[in-house]
Amino acid sequence: MLLTLILAPLAGAALLAAWRGAGDRAAGRFAAWWSLIPIVLVALLGFRGANPGGAMAAWSLDWIPDAGIALTFVVDGTSWLFLLLTSLVTTFVLAISLQKGLTSRSYAALILVMETMLLGVFTARHFIPFFLCWEMTLIPAYLLIRLWGGPNAPRAARRFFIVTLGGGVCMLLGFLALQIGVGTMDFGQLAEMASKGDLTKTLATAFAGTALTGPTLLLFVAIAVLLGLAVKIPIVPFHAWLPDAYAEAPTPITILLTGLLSKMGVYGLLRVFLPIFPETFAVLAPWLAALAVATVLLGALAALAQKDLKRILAYSSVNHLGYCVLAAAAVVASQGDRESASSAISGAFLQAFNHGIIASAMFFGIAILESRSGGRRGLDDFGGLRARVPVLCGLMGLAIFASLGLPGLSGFIGEFLVFNGTFGLLPWAAAVSVLGLLFTAVFLLRLIRKVFHGPLGEGLSTWPDLSTAERWLFAPVIALIVIPGLWPQVLLRFLNADTLRLLDFLKP
Amino acid sequence: MNPLAVLLTLSSVLFALGLFAVLTRRNTILVLVGIELMLNAANLNFIGFWRYGPPDPQLTGPMFVLFGIAIAAAEAAVGLAIILMVFRHTRSTDLNASNSLHG
Amino acid sequence: MAEALQPHLPTLLWAIPLLPLLAATAVAFLPDARGRIASKLAIGALGVSCVLALLATACTLTPGVDKPFRLTTSATWFTFGESALKVGVLLDPMSAAMIAMVTFVALWIFIYSTGYMADEKRFGRFFGFLSLFCGAMLMVVLANSLLLLFIAWELVGLASYLLIGFYFEKPSAAAAAQKAFITTRVGDMAFFLGMIWLYRQTGTLLFYDGGNGLLESAALASLAGTTTLGGLTVSAAAALLLLVGAMGKSGQVPLHTWLPDAMEGPTPVSALIHAATMVAAGVFMVARVHPIFANGDGVTTALTATAWIGGITALYAACVAVAQYDFKRILAYSTVSQLGFMMVALGTGGVGAAMFHLIAHAFFKALLFLSAGSVIHGCHGEQDIRKMGGLSKPLRRTFLAYSIGMMALAGFPFLFSGFWSKEAILHSAEIWPGGKGPFALAVAAALLTAFYMTRQALLVFFGKPRRPGVEHPHESPGVILVPLYVLAAGAVLLSLIATPFWPWFEKWIDGEAARFHGGAFGEHGAIGLLILSLALVTVGVGAGWAVYRRVSDDSGAPDPLSGKLGPLWRLLENAMGFDALYQKAIIGPLAMLASLIDAIERGILVPVMAAGETVLKAFGRLTGASDERGLNAGFDGACSGLKRRAAGASGAQTGRIQSYLRTIGLGVAVLLVLYLWL
Repeated sequence: MLLTLILAPLAGAALLAAWRGAGDRAAGRFAAWWSLIPIVLVALLGFRGANPGGAMAAWSLDWIPDAGIALTFVVDGTSWLFLLLTSLVTTFVLAISLQKGLTSRSYAALILVMETMLLGVFTARHFIPFFLCWEMTLIPAYLLIRLWGGPNAPRAARRFFIVTLGGGVCMLLGFLALQIGVGTMDFGQLAEMASKGDLTKTLATAFAGTALTGPTLLLFVAIAVLLGLAVKIPIVPFHAWLPDAYAEAPTPITILLTGLLSKMGVYGLLRVFLPIFPETFAVLAPWLAALAVATVLLGALAALAQKDLKRILAYSSVNHLGYCVLAAAAVVASQGDRESASSAISGAFLQAFNHGIIASAMFFGIAILESRSGGRRGLDDFGGLRARVPVLCGLMGLAIFASLGLPGLSGFIGEFLVFNGTFGLLPWAAAVSVLGLLFTAVFLLRLIRKVFHGPLGEGLSTWPDLSTAERWLFAPVIALIVIPGLWPQVLLRFLNADTLRLLDFLKP
Repeated sequence: MNPLAVLLTLSSVLFALGLFAVLTRRNTILVLVGIELMLNAANLNFIGFWRYGPPDPQLTGPMFVLFGIAIAAAEAAVGLAIILMVFRHTRSTDLNASNSLHG
Repeated sequence: MAEALQPHLPTLLWAIPLLPLLAATAVAFLPDARGRIASKLAIGALGVSCVLALLATACTLTPGVDKPFRLTTSATWFTFGESALKVGVLLDPMSAAMIAMVTFVALWIFIYSTGYMADEKRFGRFFGFLSLFCGAMLMVVLANSLLLLFIAWELVGLASYLLIGFYFEKPSAAAAAQKAFITTRVGDMAFFLGMIWLYRQTGTLLFYDGGNGLLESAALASLAGTTTLGGLTVSAAAALLLLVGAMGKSGQVPLHTWLPDAMEGPTPVSALIHAATMVAAGVFMVARVHPIFANGDGVTTALTATAWIGGITALYAACVAVAQYDFKRILAYSTVSQLGFMMVALGTGGVGAAMFHLIAHAFFKALLFLSAGSVIHGCHGEQDIRKMGGLSKPLRRTFLAYSIGMMALAGFPFLFSGFWSKEAILHSAEIWPGGKGPFALAVAAALLTAFYMTRQALLVFFGKPRRPGVEHPHESPGVILVPLYVLAAGAVLLSLIATPFWPWFEKWIDGEAARFHGGAFGEHGAIGLLILSLALVTVGVGAGWAVYRRVSDDSGAPDPLSGKLGPLWRLLENAMGFDALYQKAIIGPLAMLASLIDAIERGILVPVMAAGETVLKAFGRLTGASDERGLNAGFDGACSGLKRRAAGASGAQTGRIQSYLRTIGLGVAVLLVLYLWL
């Protein structure tokens, strides 16, 4: 079942590749319908529930037994949430691409390939399959930005590719060092060793010839892995590739980038980095906390200075994922305060999931603005839209308020849990980061004021409000913003058991 | 000179003549004739060794010879057929004309 | 009746806020053309809520019981890790008084709005937002959990944002809405931190939870027992953070600047949200968590801060109100000032007095705003009091209602609730052991209140008409006037339940039975305070009468006081320059910081990335070239050499079978020779 789930989108892509006579719309429609298969499979997994060990499904193959390399994929509650996000957002992206008339055979196929790789990243339990899928997402992403993007897309795509690839190389080097020193790259085994404090000792014996001590070695490895994750999330100052890539990519692809690709980084940080490197936490804690606060604040402040709607939302993404990093930093700094740590971890996962949904809704709104205005998306290009297209403004407004953390909508719960956890562990970081919540409100409300409010801008008086198709596309996303906001347990029930299991690895 | 030596000498001469024909003749039919000569030289050896060698009630030598003659006949038939086909294709019986295997 | 209801109370309590919220949700799906249905839906839902609220209030009036009535519920909302977060509703006299007031006042404002907003294009939307507000506000007062309170608190902020920006086509309204949301959010973030701090310290956010709640002794002891920065207890630090939240919502200095701007909203909104209910939410919140504020020995830091901020705000806003010309802005500053009074009461321990002033203020200030709306409606949208005058005749009925509200606010003695509530606050401030500062500030503010209200009344309703363009003011229809009289009746009748002779309300809030107390004036110089109050009103009104009795007929003439006060007047006119200060000190630098960061990104980070890219590219060229010239050249050379030699060797492959045979023969011969001789 798991293998079917992971490979289903790839099979769709293969079918598209083989279907030579397909027209653009036919291919897009096929891909959109095909992408429902993973959703159904993920839903089935969700209904089946987890076994006592926490796994919902697992699949493993001893690929290169001599090197201990196995293709291990396991779904537990946390992974499941990310699988759900991936399958939903992919379908959403394919549907709005179809609706925008952007799709073609190769475009749809690339998105499906990317989905398979993402599903792989979110379930892999061994570094090799994890890394393969991690890097393989880059290729479709690069091509999608490069071929369907705006005028500066080639440069933006190239930088995106090079920087994230560079991060990936660092991560690979880190894990290779572990493979050489410890003899395994299996996440579970590494975490097991780390929780007993064996990782440092083993590394020290393996590299006895070098002048470096065990803790220093492990620190280097941890920093290398962290670099790879930091570029992907991104953490300030490794985010320089992001605004251009988000702004130049076609808007549906921007949704993929922010909704899913950035989540790989968060997922890796929380599920791979945290359990394997607790021995380095004491050294890393203050640095990670500082970077997290910088990410939160600089993201929000930089968004204040932007004039392009997509760039504003791009920095807003940096800011929002900063809260996930903040939570991770809090856990890194935790001295066994289990409740705070569990709050931070739950909050970070929720925040990641909800940000994926909320950002999808907001960027979809931008896509509609773009298609109505013939590609303009400056902050000052519009005005008074609420009088002309109230439904669009209402729905986008809902997403915006969810994004600035209005209680009752999904964004709040994640932020509450993150801050609740962080405050117990890093009170100063939490107190300073709260300013980020304030600045978020400032730039998002400014967006509403400039775009939706005020007198009606020139040339906007003929705009039609949302079509039926557009309303139907908005509906599920809005539902996913409102329902978890009112009833967060619907998501948290999948997380709680895993959160506790994760914390068991972090006992100091 | 014992009879076996005479026979073996004869067969050697026959074989050498056959080989010479195979290696030097450019006419395909004559090459085939050379092959037949070499075959019969071998048959002569079988008979000679059976007649003057240790007694063999099972008639191994003549048996081989009989098979050899049958094979020679079949071979001549197939060889001539091939030659005919090649001739139709190249309009010549010159062996050097059919050199499509050259490197 | 009350006994029969008791078992169903928890369900009913949830229904009170949920009904308006459901109505708001339903209205959201109605098209604009169906405005009338929307208003009926909203009024119906609120009406039912109002009945339920009054029934619930009735349940709390159990006389003769010494223990305060308190009904709490709690249920798990969500779980994270091993912890469960619980929320619930709470009915005690305080929340009962609030739900009764909110539903009652809001209901009449809704009815008023059907007349006042009748010509609006987005009539239905307006009622949707109002319903959303009422539901959220009721949730604020009923919450048994600081988290639930915070959630509802933010939702009333959203409703306020939407309603201030109701005329969003006007840039000023859009800007005012944004300013209101962001300024209150400054406070909200402090509230958020304070709430989380309390949660981390005590492990619960429920107010009352059978001994484990935040406001119960175990949690309070833990809060008081831990010291943090600057020697403050956690209790004090968290209380100060919550106070900042309350300051944002209740327009206390220095977070008050949004409230006067909020008058951009339609007048019923100003009456309901920015006078009667939402702005009082801050006061209510402090009253609700008062045990945390008062947690400690004697006069705690948090209480002192509350009292002083309240006093400063009361006086500041009263001063500024003197120098305003916009009918609604005067009332807005007056609201800020009155909220300051409530804070003084809370800071000096008079929770009952604060709550009574809150309720009374809700009635008479809503009344004043609605009257203002009626006047503005009658004057075709004119709001400048310099361009009014002599309206008492054409708008006689409005004037009657207004004057009741005005007298209640100014503190006319005995008959009006405002007199007794202010009296109670002054009493509480006077006997406060923490100093006489807040008392002095409140006294001065009370004096100015009487003064500026007299000024407003005289300028608007008396004298000669100064109304260029408003020749024929018309009286408002019944649907607008009836709510005025209902609220006016409330403003008067409330005075019966909280006099020093029979302080029923305060006792009810404190959970004690009220007794008739004829000798109240004998205690602690209460008679002196009463005389002081009377003197304040007399002096204030007298001074106002003296200055504004005769104003010039010219609507452009300067205010009589402006000449005498000179620069001070201009300072007051500009509300002491807070807006300009914030523009210079916060908004400007923030924008600069943002541009700076953006410039750093574009000027440093991106070039660094580009440089990295260039280095990579150069490296790529280098390796490419070395491949081409070095490795590839060698390999290619080897290949082509091989190819040449191979061409020679393939000459042996003649394709002639005889040559092959010859070679084979030769080979056999060689092998034979080798075999035989070697």
